Amino acid sequence: MLRRVFLLMFAVLLLAAPAAAQDKFIVVASTTSTQDSGLFGYLLPLFKMKTGIDVRVVAQGTGQALDTGRRGDADVVFVHAKSAEEKFLAEGFGVKRHPVMYNDFVLIGPQNDPAGVKGKDIVAALRTIKQKAAPFISRGDRSGTHIAELKLWQDAGIDIGKEKGPWYKEIGQGMGAALNTASAAEAYVLADRGTWLSFKNRGVLAIVVEGDKRLFNQYGVMLVNPAEHPNVKADLGQQFIDWLVSPDGQKAIAGYKINGQQLFYPNADDPYA
Amino acid sequence: MQSDASALDLILSGDPALYAIVRLSLIVSLSAVAISAVIGIPFGALVALTRFRGREGVIVLLNTLMGLPPVVVGLAVYLALSRSGPLGSLGLLFTPAAMVVAQTILVTPIIAALARQAIEDLWQEYCDELTAMNVGPLGRVATLILEARFSLVVTLLAGFGRAAAEVGAIIIVGGNIQGYTRTMTTAIALETSKGDLPLALGLGAVLIAIVIAVNALVWFARRAGENFAG
Amino acid sequence: MRAASSDLPIRFDAVTVRGDAVIMLDRVSVQIEAGAPTVLVGPNGSGKTTFLRTAMGLIAPSAGRVTWGGAESAPPLRRAFVFQRPAMLRRSAQGNLRYALAAARVPRVRHDARIEELLALVGLDGFERRPARRLSGGEQQRLALARGLARDPDVLFLDEPTASLDPAATKAIEDIIRAIAASGIKVVMSTHDLGEAKRLAGEIVLLHRGRIVERAPAADFLGAPRTGEARAFVAGELLV
Repeated sequence: MLRRVFLLMFAVLLLAAPAAAQDKFIVVASTTSTQDSGLFGYLLPLFKMKTGIDVRVVAQGTGQALDTGRRGDADVVFVHAKSAEEKFLAEGFGVKRHPVMYNDFVLIGPQNDPAGVKGKDIVAALRTIKQKAAPFISRGDRSGTHIAELKLWQDAGIDIGKEKGPWYKEIGQGMGAALNTASAAEAYVLADRGTWLSFKNRGVLAIVVEGDKRLFNQYGVMLVNPAEHPNVKADLGQQFIDWLVSPDGQKAIAGYKINGQQLFYPNADDPYA
Repeated sequence: MQSDASALDLILSGDPALYAIVRLSLIVSLSAVAISAVIGIPFGALVALTRFRGREGVIVLLNTLMGLPPVVVGLAVYLALSRSGPLGSLGLLFTPAAMVVAQTILVTPIIAALARQAIEDLWQEYCDELTAMNVGPLGRVATLILEARFSLVVTLLAGFGRAAAEVGAIIIVGGNIQGYTRTMTTAIALETSKGDLPLALGLGAVLIAIVIAVNALVWFARRAGENFAG
Repeated sequence: MRAASSDLPIRFDAVTVRGDAVIMLDRVSVQIEAGAPTVLVGPNGSGKTTFLRTAMGLIAPSAGRVTWGGAESAPPLRRAFVFQRPAMLRRSAQGNLRYALAAARVPRVRHDARIEELLALVGLDGFERRPARRLSGGEQQRLALARGLARDPDVLFLDEPTASLDPAATKAIEDIIRAIAASGIKVVMSTHDLGEAKRLAGEIVLLHRGRIVERAPAADFLGAPRTGEARAFVAGELLV
């Protein structure tokens, strides 16, 4: 009897495998913030309907996503850290960088704002946080958000690597985990608006700083270079990129809303993005 | 999956995404256990019944490997299956097959170590009879594995428990891709990190219920079998 | 009925078997021939079990040699052994017999018929489907006997077959042993019970501290023991 059970399980596994092999698919390495915002759940079915291509999104931090591209384990990378993306291109792992959309970062903190940073100036807020040693959660994971956070400390004239104290906690995890930790610790944290809007465990947290031009968060997409990794599905991957920057794709991106609020702003036509 | 729905809503409405996740979890874990059994039981029997140099070392190693950290196995399999790795041309990374591979590595030592123990105990009992009946080495292995079937079933359950519960290995090698490599445990990890704790808890309850159901099924099957064979 | 080559006579040539710290058999030379049952008696630790196992081929001598029908190493194709505490497989009675028949390379088509015969022989008719491990001590002993007979042996060894049985079960087993011996199979067994030796034996062999002290037909051994040990044993005074 045991033998029959085993045979059945093997049969099921075998049936599962070929079914997957029939579909056209690509692997896209992207970021946890893009996934956590729910954007892919909205966009990808539209793309599949149009082209029949299945998009498998592996959500990692920006650093890890680009590494996945370097190793040839993804066909397309879709992240939000321009400097890191340009380095990726310069190393020869990407074909061309296309800007796709932007959203913004927001500084999240306890509603009652114990450090008194509420306002429109992110740099001033960060200086105050350091001065008052207010608890601050950093992603610490080479993600796009982390890279942006580090740049903001730099803009504030603070060498955070040297000047951090016990108030600065690096958790090495994704945006959702960072928000969970900030909620539990009643701390400040830099988040992308998309993840914040779909985050449910807010506790006492609220937006304390927004609208500063320096909080601008640009997303770019690149095809992994097939010259480096011949297994890359260059044709299908390019179809995905072309769709994202096409009027259809851009309209779809703008159409994604949570509670009536738009999360991402398409800007593929912006030459400076 | 609708993020505003509770786990109960999803179960009652027959949400296809939820059922796809449950189905994948079972397929991955059960496949891993099946393959581990095919490798581990004969290997355990061999170690139990043969005498060779370094046998004690092999037994200690097997027992130690039962405690392999899943996340370390996940990382190792990831590097092996990556396109830049030695087995990259198989194209298995970020597929359910990779998850089965990682879980098989985790479960095989458990089954081999426990099978060895069970069969060694039985060998004490049957050594004389089988020798007197002139049963050859292959026959002895087959006979003892058959005799041990009830304790081996419990061994398989232990392996299944390990596979169904782990998340560290499969999230790395599977990529937690929606609709493709997302299982119960990886979905719970995801919903937790998104802050949807009630949904994560609900999924956790579903997972525990399934594991209990599998255990109960096997327990009663074993009881029925024992009643027959004594 | 019997194949041309046989495992008899079983010949011990100065066989010594060493245990952990003690000598179990001490330079034993003896020849067991076909015929009436050979019954081993002797106090505990005298080497009865060791002798039977060595004669079966389960133990290799530390010194000396054992031959079966003149051959030095003969796989136990025509010998069977019933252990003092037989181990039953986790199957039915007929499952156990089927296993023994398969191990003895009896063709499958003959199995069903043979199982019926064997169960009838040992008085377990109708027990086919009973789980073997749930049988009583006496019933398991009888099933073990049937298992041994399934090999169609020339020689059947039995190690204290009635040691843990009540008088009714003991009588049942003794009757079966008598029938087996009458069918031409050589029975070599050990017993604690002098009365049983008297009831079953052709010849009685007394073992003491690993040596054969006396060997005689049953009537002579019991009525006119020659050695001092034998006399003491028959009088119930040889304990160690």
